[in-house]
Amino acid sequence: MEQMILLKHVFKYFGEFRALNDVSLEVAAGERVVVCGPSGSGKSTMIRCINRLEEHDDGEIWVNGNQLTEDVKKLTEIRKDVGMVFQQFNLFPHLSVVDNLTLAPMRARGLSKSDATDLAMTYLNRVHIPEQAAKYPGQLSGGQQQRVAIARSLCMQPKIMLFDEPTSALDPEMIKEVLDVMIELAEDGMTMIVVTHEMGFAKKAANKVVFMDQGEVVESAPTEQFFSQPESDRTKLFLSQILTH
Amino acid sequence: MTARKKPKSGVTRAVDTIVIASAIFLVGYVIYKVDTVMIYNWHWGFLWEYILRWDEEQQAYAPNLLLKGLATTFRLVIWSMLLASIIGIVMGIMRTSSRIFFRTVSRLYVEFIRNMPPVVFIFVFFFFLSSQFVPLLGIDELSVNASPKTIALLEILLGPPELFANVISGILCLALFEGAYITEIIRAGIQSIDKGQTEAGQSIGLTRFQTLRWVIFPQAVQKVIPPLTGQFITLIKDSSIVSLISIQELTFLAQEVAYSTQYVFEIWLFVAAVYFCICYSLALLFGKLEKRSQRIYQG
Ligand SMILES: Nc1ncnc2c1ncn2[C@@H]1O[C@H](COP(=O)(O)OP(=O)(O)OP(=O)(O)O)[C@@H](O)[C@H]1O
Ligand SMILES: [Mg+2]
Repeated sequence: MEQMILLKHVFKYFGEFRALNDVSLEVAAGERVVVCGPSGSGKSTMIRCINRLEEHDDGEIWVNGNQLTEDVKKLTEIRKDVGMVFQQFNLFPHLSVVDNLTLAPMRARGLSKSDATDLAMTYLNRVHIPEQAAKYPGQLSGGQQQRVAIARSLCMQPKIMLFDEPTSALDPEMIKEVLDVMIELAEDGMTMIVVTHEMGFAKKAANKVVFMDQGEVVESAPTEQFFSQPESDRTKLFLSQILTH
Repeated sequence: MTARKKPKSGVTRAVDTIVIASAIFLVGYVIYKVDTVMIYNWHWGFLWEYILRWDEEQQAYAPNLLLKGLATTFRLVIWSMLLASIIGIVMGIMRTSSRIFFRTVSRLYVEFIRNMPPVVFIFVFFFFLSSQFVPLLGIDELSVNASPKTIALLEILLGPPELFANVISGILCLALFEGAYITEIIRAGIQSIDKGQTEAGQSIGLTRFQTLRWVIFPQAVQKVIPPLTGQFITLIKDSSIVSLISIQELTFLAQEVAYSTQYVFEIWLFVAAVYFCICYSLALLFGKLEKRSQRIYQG
C-alpha cells in the first residue's frame, strides 16, 4: 500500500526535556491510526511534528513522499495536504463560518469566491450544519464549532487528517456528533491520525492503535490485537485505567 | 462582547450632578478670583485679527498667524500619524518576527527612542535631519522646477512652499518618535492573539504572511484601537514640541503673538481650548470606530 506518513527515529527536545524519544511510525494511505497514552507522553508533540507546528531535532519525517525540512515554500505545500483539528477548535472568531471555510481555498489555492463558497457548502453538508453558514463561531455550540473546524480542514481537500484530542474540550452530549462525523470520514477512506481517549472510536474506526508513554512508542498493534492481547505491562495498566473509567 | 447600555440608577445620577455642580462652582470661583484679585482686564477681541486679517491688496479676508499655525499643526499631525502608523506596523511585525535580525533592528529602534526625552530626541534628530536628510529630498529644487499644478497640490498637502523643508522635518521627527510607541502597541496587539490562531492558519496551508494578513491582523486591529487612540492624542500634544525647532505650527506662532501683543493669558487659554477640541473630537471618532469594529464579532 502507498505510504502516507513515515517517522524514522524522531527525537524532539524542549530544552533539556526529551519529549519524543526515538519515535518511529508508518501510516499507509487510507489507514486510521489512534494514538493514546497518559498526559505528557508526547502525543500532541508527535502529531504537531507531522505538520511541523513543532520542529523535530533528529530523525526523519516523510509526508506523502516529501521529507520535512526547513524549506518554507515546500512546507506550505505539504501543509495543504495535511489537515489538522485542534482540541480548542481554533476557529477564526472574526470571520463567519463560511468565511472560515473559504479563506484557505481562496488565498492558498486561488479559488474564486463562488467556487470556494460551493466547496464550503459541500463540506458543511458533510458535517451536517449547512444552516450555520452565516453565523459567527462565537454563536455556535462546542460540538458545532468542532465540526466547522473539521469542515475547514476538509476544504483544502487534504490527503491526511490529524486530530489532537478533538472531543476533549466538549460537553459529553456533544462528543457523539463529532465522533460520528469522524467515523463517516474514516468510512470514506481518509487517512487519519487521531489522538484520543475515546476507545469506542478506536474500536469502531481504527486499523491500528499506538500507545505512547514518556515520549516513546511503547506499543503499536492492529486494533483487535491491541485491546485483546496487549504485550507491554504499561499498556495493560493504561487500558485498565481508561476502560474502567 | 458588545457594550450594553445600563439604565442609570438614581445614585449615579445624584453623584453626577454633584460632580458637575462642583466643577462649575470651581471654574466660576477661579474666574471671579482672577477678575477681582488679579484685577486683570480680559482682552478677547484682539484674537480675531490674529485668526483672520483683512487683506487690502486682495480685498478679502486672509488667514493670519493663528489660523496658519493651526493649518500647519493639522498637516503635521495628519502626515506624521500616517507615517508613524506605517513605521509602527512594519516595526511591530518585525518585533514579532522569527528572525533575530528583524527583531534586533526594531528592538534597537524602540529602545533608542523610548529612553530619551522627546525634546532631546527632537533637537538631536532635527539637526541631523534638516542638515543632512531633507536637502537630499531635493525639496528646494522641486519647488523651483515643478509645474504650477504640482506646487498647488503640494501647497494643500504641506502648506506654503517656502516652509516645505521646515514642515517635512517636523513630520519626520514626530513620526519617528511616535512610531516607536506605535510599534510597541502593534507588537502587543499581535502577541495578544492566541497562538492557536497562527497554528490554525498555517495548518490550512496559509503562508506566514497570509496568516498575519487575514487571521492575526484583523483581530489585532480591534485590540489596538484604544491604545492607538491614546497614542494619537499624545502625538497631537507632542506636535507642540516641534515649535522648539521653529516649525511654524500653532504653538510656535501663538508664542509669537503672545510676545508681540502681551496678552499672554488669553492666547494660551485660546490655544489650550483649540488643542482640547482637536484631541477630544479624535477620541470621540475613535470611540465610534471601536464600537463598530466590535459589532463584527456579535459573539
Ligand atoms: N512548547 C513546549 N515547551 C516546553 N515543554 C513542552 C512544550 N510542549 C510540550 N512540552 C512538554 O512535552 C511533554 C509532552 O507534551 P505533549 O503535549 O506532547 O503531551 P500529550 O501526550 O499531548 O499530553 P496531553 O494528553 O496532556 O495533551 C510534556 O511534558 C510537556 O510539558
Ligand atoms: Mg496533547
